[in-house]
Amino acid sequence: MEGGGVVFAFYVLSAVTLVAAGGVMMSRNLLHAVLFLILTFVGIAGFFVLLSADFIAMAQVIIYVGAIAVLVLFAILLTPRSGRDNGETKFAAPAMLLGVCLAAVFLFVMHDTAWQTNDAVRQTWAQPLSAAPSWKPGCSPSNSPASC
Amino acid sequence: MTIGLEHFLTVSALVFCIGLAIALSKRNAIGVLMGVELMLNAVNLTLVAFSRFSISERPITGQTFAVFIITVAAAEAAVALALAVSVYRNRETVDVDQINLLRS
Repeated sequence: MEGGGVVFAFYVLSAVTLVAAGGVMMSRNLLHAVLFLILTFVGIAGFFVLLSADFIAMAQVIIYVGAIAVLVLFAILLTPRSGRDNGETKFAAPAMLLGVCLAAVFLFVMHDTAWQTNDAVRQTWAQPLSAAPSWKPGCSPSNSPASC
Repeated sequence: MTIGLEHFLTVSALVFCIGLAIALSKRNAIGVLMGVELMLNAVNLTLVAFSRFSISERPITGQTFAVFIITVAAAEAAVALALAVSVYRNRETVDVDQINLLRS
């Protein structure tokens, strides 16, 4: 995927997504964490658009941003006396250590693997009728008598 | 300067690890659920990236799998939040350290 627009869009989207994901981790108020979570979902929907997966991007915006985030928000508002703090348990340091170690393993493996990739943009939409071969009754690609 | 498969996989791995750290360390049960949602989203991004850079003829299987994961994530969020509200009505808390009804 070459081109300045693609590179710029990728880095902007990755910055938005990672900063928002870190905001879910760091924000003290649970409501702010949900807003950061929505921003992360929107960033990943942008990645789907960049990967030319338009249907998944629309489903992401509708289902995650429209349904799941609202559901989480309702659950927070329905549990008022438990407090809105987004604190950690005593497992905070081991969990972050595990996350960093797992990220290191992931990055090592995926940069060490020789991926067989194909960078060509494929035609995923349907061909217009004018471009299709002319169709006659009784003719099909599997059954083509001599009159076709 | 090109954007390849490794770039998307890097972002996806970082989001997954942040989600893992959130799911393991948050005290509020709804915060744990947010971490799980982040992890599922990172997996979706990985699948769609592999589908985009695949060498097969019609690489639509990754996106199909992503649709299934979105469905499962929506159902899981609904069930988990219903559980959280139910626990709150019984115990007046959603602190995962204080939900210890199964402790002997």
